Amino acid sequence: MSSTTTAPATRRRRGGLNKGETGAGWLFVSPAIVIVGVFLVAPILLALWVSFTNWNGRFSPINNPRVDFVGMENYAKITTEDGLIQQLFGRSIRNNVYYVLLVVPLQTALALFLAIQVNRRMLKAKSFFRTAFYFPSVTSSIAITGVFMFLFQASGVVNAVLGWFSIHGPNWFADPSGVLHKILGWFGLSSAPAGWEKPGFLGVSTWDWLGGPSVAQCVLIIMAVFTTSGTFMLLFLAGLQNIGSEVGEAAVMDGATGWKTFWHVTLPMLKPTLFTVLTLGLIGTWQVFDQVYLTRGTPAAATLTSPAYLAYDQAFSSNRPGVAAAIAFVLFLIIIVMTLLQRFVLADRDPSGYGRDRKAKKKAKGATS
Amino acid sequence: MTMLIGSSGDSETKAVQAAVDKWTETSKVAVKVVAASDLNQELAQGFAGGSEPDIFYMSWDQFQTYASDDYLEAYAKNLSNADAFYPALKETFTFNDEFVCAPKDFSTLGLVINTDLWAKAGLTDADIPTTWEQLHTVATKLSADGAAGLSMGAEYARVGTFMTQAGGGLMADGKVAANSDANVKALEFVQSMLKDGSLKWPADLGAGWGGEAFGNAKAAMVIEGPWIAGALKNDFPDVKYKVVELPAGPSGKGTFSFSNCWGIPQGKDTAPTAQELVEFLTSDEQQLAFSDAFGVIPSTQSAAKTYAEKFPENAAFVAGAEYAISPVAFKGASDVIGEFNNSITTLATGDAKSILDTVQTQLDSAYQAAQG
Repeated sequence: MSSTTTAPATRRRRGGLNKGETGAGWLFVSPAIVIVGVFLVAPILLALWVSFTNWNGRFSPINNPRVDFVGMENYAKITTEDGLIQQLFGRSIRNNVYYVLLVVPLQTALALFLAIQVNRRMLKAKSFFRTAFYFPSVTSSIAITGVFMFLFQASGVVNAVLGWFSIHGPNWFADPSGVLHKILGWFGLSSAPAGWEKPGFLGVSTWDWLGGPSVAQCVLIIMAVFTTSGTFMLLFLAGLQNIGSEVGEAAVMDGATGWKTFWHVTLPMLKPTLFTVLTLGLIGTWQVFDQVYLTRGTPAAATLTSPAYLAYDQAFSSNRPGVAAAIAFVLFLIIIVMTLLQRFVLADRDPSGYGRDRKAKKKAKGATS
Repeated sequence: MTMLIGSSGDSETKAVQAAVDKWTETSKVAVKVVAASDLNQELAQGFAGGSEPDIFYMSWDQFQTYASDDYLEAYAKNLSNADAFYPALKETFTFNDEFVCAPKDFSTLGLVINTDLWAKAGLTDADIPTTWEQLHTVATKLSADGAAGLSMGAEYARVGTFMTQAGGGLMADGKVAANSDANVKALEFVQSMLKDGSLKWPADLGAGWGGEAFGNAKAAMVIEGPWIAGALKNDFPDVKYKVVELPAGPSGKGTFSFSNCWGIPQGKDTAPTAQELVEFLTSDEQQLAFSDAFGVIPSTQSAAKTYAEKFPENAAFVAGAEYAISPVAFKGASDVIGEFNNSITTLATGDAKSILDTVQTQLDSAYQAAQG
């Protein structure tokens, strides 16, 4: 960072740019600025404005006497004001929290595992496996959702296979019960303890917060892991190939076993890739929409809604663009906070020189020299 | 002019285009018919961007929302055939005591019976249920080998008919009355059928909706509308069936009517021309042409009568129109109905009273908000 701030000074000293060139520079970047402005900055600002108004979707949201500025009212509706919208939002957050908690670690672990497998020098038909693992990522999520809904029908393929092992599979997309609730049920705790059934944080009761993903959502979780791990496998594969074989050889010379090499040498060196994968995973899972949209008619649909889908629904089915925009911005904040948090956690134990540790290291260096 | 329709398929799009072309011959106004893939979304987008269609399908469940947000021109009261429509349909598309838009056609719910399974269970025409008890009895007789006697979508738009038959409903005299005794009775009756397995939701029969469960012979009877005819013809042409009116409850007959109206955007220059087009499209002659093309029931009483004679197999649906009411649909109600539908899915193990208490609270606050 510090090097970029000093750059203009160096340039001026060299006297490289004159006025004409500055103009030309602006001329060349102007198409990009206009495109980014019109298609990115302006819509975001407009959405921010809409989130503070009571606009009902009719006529323009700006310069319209029917549109009033209502301050934080839309935000209050989804967060603090008791009511149905708050409950819907609370439930969508709850659903998405479980989705993120399961999908992100699973897809990261699976992607890393696959990458290591296809990176082996001894592996035959490498490109076949690479293509095979990557294939689900190329296919449209819409098509895969369709196939999954078909596979997980009450009398579908999955339940038929489970039937071979004498397991009576659930009616997947029709089962809204939480997995954790089910497990607690085996231990005789089938209903909420006293006081736990009352509306709690965001209008969702403590008991429901602890319900775990619904059986129906488990299908979506499996599907997300299945479809995205291929993409992340490619990222890990690139990271692994960057490391080079001599590092591994050196570790072996030092007497490290396979597992130790992975844990103490390979994984730390993969940290930048890991950071990228986790960040992309977090953003992707918090924005889950396609699958939810396609399964909206299923009986357990309520346990599948995500904030992104709720925003769509509020905007287009309920004519509440203000509430929808507010949801979108809360979601944006959640993603920012999650990414910062994850950056903080990863950087803290970062031996590779990325993130927070770098400053500390510099200081340490300065002290010794 | 442009017209945006939520088409059920090619036959509907073609029929609408043909009708519009016929009108163009006399009016000399060209109309482009566009079939939407997601009508609500495309309408919302059009209205927000100021490029709304000049005339469009407006569904019953979105009508109140659109009307209360000043989207719709209240033209229907000026139509020359304004009094020809079924009163229940006029009421559906009335906002603030003003008849806003003309109903395009309508559907009611009836009891669809698989005649082969009916005969196989040793039942005759004399057994056709006219009361809840009879419905329960025949449904039990028809349940066999994992198939259910009766099935219907796990939603208010089906279960609600039982509430009407019990003398209840979500609204009564302009007040929310979701947790009334009549409604509790209705839900408890449905629950009793769920508990002994004579009624099963389509999802529990491995089907996406009632018609599919019926076509697969997983359900011997379903509560569905006239649209089931087209679906059965396409996917299960060998299933033999007949349609009767829904059995009466403790307080008489009851069914729901669903309809679309021809929406015209408020304050648009083309509104008078669009109104003339609607007048043409809702004429008895034109509506019967639509019935021939894609099986809908005309929204005017005289045309519906002709329809019932022409298609006797659908006469029960037309008969239902006499006492049909429209499901609750004021602004903000759809979220509450969505929640109600979720709890209907788990009705078998739930408590009818507490489900309705929740609906009462939620619907009441939505109603207060809608009244402003």
